[in-house]
Amino acid sequence: MSTAATMPAHADPHHVGGMRAATEHEGPAPKRIVTGYGFWIFLLSDIVMFSCFFASYAVLVNETAGGPSGAQLFDLRSVAIETACLLLSSFTCGLATISADIRRQARFQAAMATTCVLGLAFLALEGREFADFVARGAGPTRSAFLSAFFTLVGCHGLHVSAGILWLLTMMAQVYAKGFRADIQRRLLCFALFWHALDIIWVAVFSVVYLLGSGV
Amino acid sequence: MFGKLSWSAIPIDQPIPLIAAAIVLLVIATVIAWAVLKGHMPYLWQEWITSVDHKRIGVMYVLLATVMLLRGGTDALMMRAQQAVAFHSPGYLPPEHFNQIFSAHGTIMIFFVGMPFVIGLMNFVVPLQLGVRDVAFPTLNSVGFWLTATGALLVNLSLVIGEFARTGWLPFPPLSEMTYSPGVGVDYYAWALEISGVGTLVAGINLVTTVLKLRAKGMNYLRMPMFCWTTLASNLLIVAAFPILTATLAMLLLDRYLGFHFFTNEAGGNVMMFMNLIWAWGHPEVYILILPAFGIYSEIVSTFSGKPLFGYRSMVLATMAICIISFMVWLHHFFTMGAGPNVNAIFGIASMVIAVPTGVKIYNWLFTMYGGRIRFATPMLWSLGFMVTFIIGGLTGVLVAVPPADFLLHNSMFLVAHFHNVIIGGVLFGAFAGLTYWFPKAFGFRLHEGLGKAAFWFSFAGFYLTFIPLYAAGMLGMTRRMQHYDVAAWRPWMIIATVGVVVLAVGIVLQVLQLVVSIQRRDELRDRTGDPWDGRSLEWATASPPPVFNFAFDPDVEGLDAYWWLKAQSRQQQVEQPRNYHDIEMPRNSPTGFVCAFFATVMGFALIWHIWWMVILGGVGAFATFVVFAWRDTDEYVIPAAEVARIDRLNLDQRRDLVTSAGSA
Repeated sequence: MSTAATMPAHADPHHVGGMRAATEHEGPAPKRIVTGYGFWIFLLSDIVMFSCFFASYAVLVNETAGGPSGAQLFDLRSVAIETACLLLSSFTCGLATISADIRRQARFQAAMATTCVLGLAFLALEGREFADFVARGAGPTRSAFLSAFFTLVGCHGLHVSAGILWLLTMMAQVYAKGFRADIQRRLLCFALFWHALDIIWVAVFSVVYLLGSGV
Repeated sequence: MFGKLSWSAIPIDQPIPLIAAAIVLLVIATVIAWAVLKGHMPYLWQEWITSVDHKRIGVMYVLLATVMLLRGGTDALMMRAQQAVAFHSPGYLPPEHFNQIFSAHGTIMIFFVGMPFVIGLMNFVVPLQLGVRDVAFPTLNSVGFWLTATGALLVNLSLVIGEFARTGWLPFPPLSEMTYSPGVGVDYYAWALEISGVGTLVAGINLVTTVLKLRAKGMNYLRMPMFCWTTLASNLLIVAAFPILTATLAMLLLDRYLGFHFFTNEAGGNVMMFMNLIWAWGHPEVYILILPAFGIYSEIVSTFSGKPLFGYRSMVLATMAICIISFMVWLHHFFTMGAGPNVNAIFGIASMVIAVPTGVKIYNWLFTMYGGRIRFATPMLWSLGFMVTFIIGGLTGVLVAVPPADFLLHNSMFLVAHFHNVIIGGVLFGAFAGLTYWFPKAFGFRLHEGLGKAAFWFSFAGFYLTFIPLYAAGMLGMTRRMQHYDVAAWRPWMIIATVGVVVLAVGIVLQVLQLVVSIQRRDELRDRTGDPWDGRSLEWATASPPPVFNFAFDPDVEGLDAYWWLKAQSRQQQVEQPRNYHDIEMPRNSPTGFVCAFFATVMGFALIWHIWWMVILGGVGAFATFVVFAWRDTDEYVIPAAEVARIDRLNLDQRRDLVTSAGSA
């Protein structure tokens, strides 16, 4: 077979990109791929932001300015329950994704509602912890360590709150509009977001609470 | 009810900002009145403000940048004038006003000139070069632009309501803390950048996804035009660096609003942590600006030399190397912190290493020109001017990368001269080169060559006249940001620099004039081919201005310089490939971006002035806007194949006529 006849005139193997490689690019990716990919990039940028708060926490963790340290404040039992709530909520979020894939409205709504309740329970426990610290005179203005603590953990809490707002919006939207393709894409992004918050919480739990109460 | 806001916020006792603000308001009112009276408002609303077309958004970005360039340039003129007269005298600007001017100048030039200029050009060009219909997220693109505009609006609002930061373009604590900056200046700065930073991040995510996931059939990574590569590198840096800025400013705001202790002098706060964090963003930021400019030069040098880019693969490698190394040099901004000789040595060496890939690029451009048929059109002049100027800026950069030398030159006028050398000679020249190069693509007519060349020569000469004296003054020990001074040796240099900045300003005025004259004479400057420069990449394969769907057919790319080969092929075969037209789906326009930015402006303003009910109002409004957007039922409309064919044939006929008439002549 004569390749010269089928190859375009300029497909010179010595010219950069001239030969058709085995991995020929097939053109623009489908929407679902593009949306998911873009959201991954956003999550990475969000993780970079968290890494700044982690870094500042690491720098300031010993700057207690005569105030209480982490070991004196943290109540690991409460944090363990928080962690359990969040990890379970990731599981129910996964159930919601599966229900959306097979388009079961009732199951989807139930799974999302459970996710929401678990998320709210997490926030309630975190709120109680924060209120308790402030009541004991260990608010964020007490020392640089506490500033960094409240910012890092609070930023995660804010993300969970935003996630719950998003979750409720998605429940309403699926109820009103059904499992349309664009709504499915949004559900994909929401699920990615919710699971990413879990990953960040694992880091918060390890770096802040476990390392902090060991000393 | 209105927080800290009262009538005393308006600086009635200061004539300069008041008059400036009055002029700006008058201009805005005139433009709006003209648009309303002439009946242009529906057109502006439907075709521009609510547009999600990457080309329109790109043009609006560039427009924002050029308007802000005039504002930032005015600040520059005022500063140079102050330092020319403030020898043994207080000059004409009181210290608190002078401090606001240099802070605003830096902030505006980096965030609202440099950034929107390069993002605008990337937005306009990259989907065309990749051979696709739009960016990955068109509506989000509009949101990103309008949030950037919100930031610019807030910064300019500070001119007349309250004050701007007096801390320099980066608000170093403890000066920027509540104790030493109790006014709203730092808050204007921080909230403007938090909001526009979200816009920049959105643009970054959008362009990274576009380059990685939306490319025409056959466009492998190593077939992408150089500008797409530098766009990818620059936007990867945006995604990785801008969250750091967001986080750092959030910490500063927590210090200021809620009494936290991140950067305070008491309770364990760490001032130098701010330096590390802000420069971990700040150094990649300068590469975010310069990398797209490198891409622009690559396109222009190759086109106007009539040759493929020399060393394409080494150029790709150099670009990605800069992308990575740019995150490893931030400490060279504060060698004087006292991190110790080992740390300083490592960062000094890393800073010198980054000059290597940059040098590779310079040589590649030189070898691209070598043996080529060079056409000295305006974009090429800017590129040549860049090469000469940037080498000088790069060399002084390597000089200050040596820690012992930096201990002497830190915060001196030498440093000021160095970074203007690379930013004006690199980024701004690149932006102007890109503007003249792609203007005919955007509007269908060229810019006036004579005025363009005059603008280049004035800017080029003005640049040297302004900044070479600043190098000298820095060597003589003059530090930056001096409101007045009494060293006689500095005076002559300050006067020469002032003459220089006037020459530079003439260059800018000539460019404005070039735009006006070109619009008036657009019929004689008309480009009917869509390919006025004998271009090489796909953006020249479509009409000028391109139809909303960019390409009537899906391009099939078979190598680097896709359009160049397409032209060679059709000349060889003398037959036209039949084109199969089909229906095209395009995203519907949406006011989401504009409305969202409106609420962001309300929220930002309310946060600055502690008007809490208004903050809630803005937040709820922005959320509601997104819900309304998410609830719409159709987000695309269809352009039927017959209409696509009609639009495409118009362009094809015009091209064919020109080719045959050129052939017979």
